[in-house]
Formats: sequence, C-alpha cells, structure tokens
Amino acid sequence: MQSVQFEAPGTVDEAVALLAGATGDTRILAGGTDLLVQLRAHMINPGLIIDIKKIDETRSLTKNADGSYTIGAAYAGAEATERDDITKDWPGVVEGWDLIGSTQIQGRASLGGNLCNASPAADSVPAMIVAGMTANIAGPKGRRTIPVQDVPVSPGKTSLGKGEFIVSFNLPGRPKGGGDAYLRLIPRTEMDIAVVGCGVALVLDDSGTVTSAKVSLGAVSAKVLVVDAAAKAIIGTKLDDDALAKLDAACQAAAKPINDKRGTIEYRTKIAGVLARRAVKIAAERAGS
Amino acid sequence: MPTVSMTVNGKPVSGEVEARTLLVQFLRDQLRLTGTHVGCDTSQCGACVVHVDGESAKSCTMLALQVDGAAITTIEGLANGETLHPMQEAFRNNHGLQCGFCTPGMVMSAIDLVKKNPKASETEIREWLEGNICRCTGYHNIVKSIQEAAGNMGG
Ligand SMILES: Cc1cc2nc3c(=O)[nH]c(=O)nc-3n(C[C@H](O)[C@H](O)[C@H](O)COP(=O)(O)OP(=O)(O)OC[C@H]3O[C@@H](n4cnc5c(N)ncnc54)[C@H](O)[C@@H]3O)c2cc1C
Ligand code: FES
Ligand code: FES
Repeated sequence: MQSVQFEAPGTVDEAVALLAGATGDTRILAGGTDLLVQLRAHMINPGLIIDIKKIDETRSLTKNADGSYTIGAAYAGAEATERDDITKDWPGVVEGWDLIGSTQIQGRASLGGNLCNASPAADSVPAMIVAGMTANIAGPKGRRTIPVQDVPVSPGKTSLGKGEFIVSFNLPGRPKGGGDAYLRLIPRTEMDIAVVGCGVALVLDDSGTVTSAKVSLGAVSAKVLVVDAAAKAIIGTKLDDDALAKLDAACQAAAKPINDKRGTIEYRTKIAGVLARRAVKIAAERAGS
Repeated sequence: MPTVSMTVNGKPVSGEVEARTLLVQFLRDQLRLTGTHVGCDTSQCGACVVHVDGESAKSCTMLALQVDGAAITTIEGLANGETLHPMQEAFRNNHGLQCGFCTPGMVMSAIDLVKKNPKASETEIREWLEGNICRCTGYHNIVKSIQEAAGNMGG
C-alpha cells in the first residue's frame, strides 16, 4: 500500500496544477462521504488526495441577477436546505441533494461528489438533469461547461479528462409557471440506495397546460435516463388520466433495471411509472404556486 | 510525515500523521481519547460523532489533515470537572443507554440538534438521529433523554 499525499490548495489554478502534474491515481476530496469510505475499504489506493474545500468558488451558492444560480461543487445539501431562495425556486433539486445520507452525511455530501462518484442511483442527479444544470469544469486547457448528463459515463466512470475537476454548477432561473420534483423509492424510510428515482421539471401556462417538460429516471440503467417520450406524453396536456397513463407507459418502456436484493426487474419497471406519475403531480402543484 | 495541529477539548495538540489517517484514528490512537467510538466502516453508525468547529461530524469520514487548525470537541470535553453536561446527565437519568457503545456519538449529535433546534419535536429528534444507530435501547429512552436535556439546556 503506497502512502498518500494530501493537499488543500486555495485556488482553482493550484488544484489543476496538482492534478495535471500527478502521476499515480489522484482523487478530488469534497465531502469525502464516498471517497473516505472507499479509502478505508481499500477499494481505492490513491497517491494524492486534493481537498477542494479551501477554494471559495467550490463552497459558495450564489443567486445571480438574472435569477440563475451558481452552485459550488463542494457545497453541502444541508447548507442548501437553509437557503430560502433555492429551496423555493428549485425544491426538487434540493430534495434530491438533501436525501443523501443522514444528518452528518447531509452536512458534507456535495453535488460534485454525488455526480462524479457516478453511481446510477445517485439521488441528486435526476433532478439536476431535468433542471437543465451544467457543470463548469477547470483543467489544464482552461475552463469548459458541459451538461450534467454528460459527466457520468458508466458506473464509477466520468468523462472528465486528466487534470480536470468540477468547480461549480449553473442552475437556470426558475421559469414562470415552472415546478420541479424528485422522488425515490427505497426499501427503508431513510439511508438506503434508491430502487428507482425520478426527476421532473415542467412549465404550465395560465390555463394549466404543460408547455415544456423533462423527465428523468435514476437507478434503472447504467446511467440516469432522460425519457423524452415521457415528456412528450404530457406536453400540450392538462395532465389528464390519459396523459398520465402514457407517461407511465413511456417510463416503463425506457427502464432497463437490474435484478438485485432491493428489487426485481418487474418491480423496478412498474415503480418507474408510478414514481413518474407522482413526481409530475407534485411538480405541477408547485408550478401553480 | 505531515504534521497536524488542532484544538481538542480546549487544548492545543499536534502530531505527525499519515495523510490517510482519519480524524477518529488520530483522536483514539494518538491522543488516546478513546471515548469516541468506531462502530462501522461505512460511515453509517454515528458512534464516532464529534464536534468540528461546533458542528457535529462523523470523525471516521474526515482525514485528520482536513481539520488542521479546527477546534474539536469530543465526549471527554463535555463535563465540567465532576459535573456532567446536561445531555450526559439526561441520558443517565432516563436510561438513555444500555451497553453504551453508541452513546458518545448520540450525545454529541444530540447536543448539536438542541443547539440548532432547541424546541425539536419527538419526530424531529428521531429524524435527526437517522445517522446514529443503537442496537440496545430501541431509541425510546434516547429520545426522552434529549427532550429532558433540551429543557435543561435553556431551550
Ligand atoms: C451513510 C451514507 C449514506 C449515503 N446515502 C446516500 C443516498 O441516500 N443517496 C446518494 O445518492 N448517495 C448516498 N451516499 C453516497 C454519498 O454520500 C454521495 O454520493 C455524496 O453526494 C458524495 O459527495 P461527497 O462530497 O462526499 O463526495 P466525495 O466522497 O468527496 O467524492 C466522491 C467522488 O467524486 C470525486 N469528486 C468529488 N468532487 C469532485 C469534483 N468537484 N470534481 C471531480 N471529481 C470530484 C471524488 O474524487 C470521488 O471519487 C451515502 C453515503 C454514506 C456514507
Ligand atoms: S464509525 Fe460508524 S459512522 Fe463513523
Ligand atoms: S446502548 Fe448499546 S448500542 Fe446504543
């Protein structure tokens, strides 16, 4: 077992230089709630750990003048729940984020860590995707911004190149008549891994007709699915029974889950439809308020 | 090896650690403060909860080097001489423990709750404790203890 080096740089440039110059396995440390568990279990054996929490940009959450948000990659879910602005504008995003773990885990777990750990069941990811969030990535060639759904590639793998890490996320302003929601199903009431997760963001016009929508499913595929057919099923409708039935069917058709002790393929597929119906109703209620 | 310095229970301490050393290992193995327990290796049980700059945190889920310069309070730092902290006293009065393994983490977690939410309802207490696992008590007396302490802590 090689010995680990620990660095806590104060700027993005220093972090990139450390990352780009490292030879062995190098890991970013945000909340550490995945990383340190994996380190203890000897699942990983990095030569260098870079704590990004001393970099101000990773630790702040700002509402910009145009109503959009810039969210530091290492900002914690419990901190977000204490904010009146984002909890009101994007309750679904905050729900997914704050569902992660128990009290002390919530105080540390970040969106950057949840996304880059790249678990198909990561709770914050479906809501981030339907909200249209993008990730600001820093690297040796400067900065680039990509949609959140393009970060995870497969379980445990991301599209980030050598020397790159996520500094922050952009979350658009809440559109007029917009609402979002995230729901997951777990076998217990707390602290378990999602059997299915569903994120919904939609916009209603004054008559209550859905003018745009996005639906995503977590834990039913190797990465979070964006189900366009489910969104199409409800756009242009007032969420009548027929539209909800089509939404349910589209989610069931898209789900490609695995069998494990938490749920069978049949069960997860059925639940994908059920959760989508429920999440759409919650998002629509929020859009109206 | 890098050196880490912090304040533990009001006293400045420092020591050489490997980068992979967890805060809980530093507290237990180097400082011999064995009141903070380790009950799992997956960050789930909460036996290791301490306060880092006044906030409860799982000391098994932090590197010692990460808290360089911070103020740490462990279960050993709560009592004032022979006088127990009101939370400790309440656990004693209400049989809030049996084997006592989870107790240090429960007490540290509960103090943070009462500080943040002095009027926490029974449901809020139970929710707050979702990351503290007790194999013995069935939680009932733990909740009672915290309710009593909240009153005595000026909540
Ligand atoms: C008891 C417990 C319960 C949990 N419950 C849940 C749950 O209900 N739902 C859920 O989804 N997860 C859960 N988790 C998993 C974990 O808490 C989350 O995935 C969390 O969001 C990880 O964030 P972090 O900041 O702690 O990441 P870290 O552990 O710091 O990092 C995770 C990974 O991402 C990389 N990384 C972190 N930040 C960046 C960045 N900015 N750029 C590039 N790479 C980065 C790290 O190198 C590492 O590989 C739980 C964990 C525990 C211990
Ligand atoms: S030892 Fe179990 S949560 Fe820290
Ligand atoms: S008193 Fe034994 S584990 Fe809680």
